[in-house]
Amino acid sequence: MSHGTLFDKVWALHTVGTLPSGQTQLFIGLHLIHEVTSPQAFAMLRERQLSVMFPERTVATVDHIVPTDSQARPFGDSLAEAMMQELETNCADYGIRFYNIGSGSQGIVHVIAPEQGLTQPGMTIACGDSHTSTHGAFGAIAFGIGTSQVRDVLASQTLALAKLKVRKVEVNGTLKPGVYAKDVILHIIRKLGVKGGVGYAYEFAGTTFERMSMEERMTVCNMSIEGGARCGYVNPDAVTFEYLRGRDAAPKAADWEKAVGWWTCLRSDPDAEYDDVVVFQAEDIEPTVTWGITPGQGIGISETVPVAAEMPPEEQVIAEEAYQYMDLAAGTPIKGTPVDVCFVGSCTNGRISDLREAATVAKGRHVAAGITAFVVPGSERVKQQAEAEGLDKIFEAAGFEWRNAGCSMCLAMNPDKLVGRQISASSSNRNFKGRQGSSSGRTLLMSPAMVVAAAVTGQVTDVRELL
Amino acid sequence: MTSTVTTLTGRGIPLTGNDIDTDRIIPARFLKCVTFDGLGAHAFEDDRIQRQGEHPFDQPQYQGAEVLVVNRNFGCGSSREHAPQAIAKWGIKALIGESFAEIFFGNCVAMGIPCLTASEADVKALQGAIATNPQRTVTVDLTTMTATCDDLSIPLHMGDGPRQMFLSGSWDATGQLVAQADQIRTTAANLPYTRWSA
Repeated sequence: MSHGTLFDKVWALHTVGTLPSGQTQLFIGLHLIHEVTSPQAFAMLRERQLSVMFPERTVATVDHIVPTDSQARPFGDSLAEAMMQELETNCADYGIRFYNIGSGSQGIVHVIAPEQGLTQPGMTIACGDSHTSTHGAFGAIAFGIGTSQVRDVLASQTLALAKLKVRKVEVNGTLKPGVYAKDVILHIIRKLGVKGGVGYAYEFAGTTFERMSMEERMTVCNMSIEGGARCGYVNPDAVTFEYLRGRDAAPKAADWEKAVGWWTCLRSDPDAEYDDVVVFQAEDIEPTVTWGITPGQGIGISETVPVAAEMPPEEQVIAEEAYQYMDLAAGTPIKGTPVDVCFVGSCTNGRISDLREAATVAKGRHVAAGITAFVVPGSERVKQQAEAEGLDKIFEAAGFEWRNAGCSMCLAMNPDKLVGRQISASSSNRNFKGRQGSSSGRTLLMSPAMVVAAAVTGQVTDVRELL
Repeated sequence: MTSTVTTLTGRGIPLTGNDIDTDRIIPARFLKCVTFDGLGAHAFEDDRIQRQGEHPFDQPQYQGAEVLVVNRNFGCGSSREHAPQAIAKWGIKALIGESFAEIFFGNCVAMGIPCLTASEADVKALQGAIATNPQRTVTVDLTTMTATCDDLSIPLHMGDGPRQMFLSGSWDATGQLVAQADQIRTTAANLPYTRWSA
């Protein structure tokens, strides 16, 4: 049983009581909602004649269904339009703050809350989206929930939960040039497996994470769930505080000093006890690419597609399924695999630093013939910032489409979709069968810089050769 | 409002494979909805199309089954409750598997659908027994924590918290949670960040 970790401290501070089942009733400091997983929750509230207990602790935006080209209303897709109207009505009826398209602050829910300073250390954060783990980058306990639980948070600002175990995932050392936060988390998932984290919160510790920017830490925490861990976090430090200082919802004036003091106290104690500890070395990590149909099926760019017979028995069946679906043979180098579509964006890699890294590679080059490539900023603010820096012009000159903020092709609930058996190089988080909108479409996950490298060469390429 | 879940008896349906994610259970295009109605027809839609009638959810011998038996890390990926809703609306009332992804498991609890785990060997034995004789029923007993099918009886596991929620009929937690309004307000007031000015 863990003791003295940030997770233990935040859990204790938010515990309302113990339910008759033995589970903890946990207070949720920040609740984020969007158009996909909330309409049924509001319907259940109405059916039961319940109100929203803390409307000021819920914040809404729209991201999954938003078209990234024309955003004129009503949307061309009547189902998407109906979802949009439902969210608008629900927010108005219950007094919930809503960052709508055109507000200047709309975007992917896991991009807008951090950039507005809503996400803060020591909070519990829930959202009907599995990538809520992103917010753990600030030293928050943040996790995804389903719609019935969205209902519970709306009605009571609490959830019935069992406490997780805590695994310290330590990475030490300096990442080599061309190796990014995305490669670190793909490497960790590859090593610990897609179910390795079930039942655990991951504490990302060690010098590699300490040296990362907040946006890099968000990329890592974002994909905790792909390793099975419902939440992942980094202890808050000077990097966290500097990121938050002055943001819209960050504490101001005298409260700022109090906040920094409190946040600092929440850090895991030097003698904290963990349920498990694993250690990796940063120098061992290469630019990493997935070859299969789970985020754990990743390899270094210089490696070949692994051979099923050499894997643990429980991974062999899904490996065989992956060879067939991906049409990639064991033993083939992943480098040189031709791609059709290149996507930079998503809650994993749609922040300003991601776009800057991508633009560095795109500058002075051009998307290869026959390749569709597009860049989707994670929020309206990211878009504005990128345009102020001229990144949009770099991308457009290089043959990329420059879009509006949204989830886009990460999950294809909007017009951005793969067609037929197209294969994408994608900076998103999931390579599941059919994930990007075609039931036979294929996804190769990689860092934004690697996506651009693939776009300009037409094939999976080691970005280090272009830097 | 909720009822106890102690024992369930129904025909079984085996669905083999590890790491079956929620995008496969219900592809994202079916999430464009404001109710969960009608999702049952689309459970595993793309997998079913690909297997051209050979997917267990299409095979005649499993129509009307109520106990879904799966393998490792079932329901990983997206938090979409649409996934367990689709399975439940197809007719499933309980799941047995080697392991379940955490959010999927939590969603099922909140819906009153128990997800029980068993060893790899026991799950495979149960899947085999059902495939051999799909007309036999499977009984899932949360009081004795066993599943029986003919002469096969396997031990089941579930955390104490969720198990008590099923046995006591408190799996729909909303009422219990809301009843603690005073305690909730006290907890909130004691958190420093609820008092800071932004």
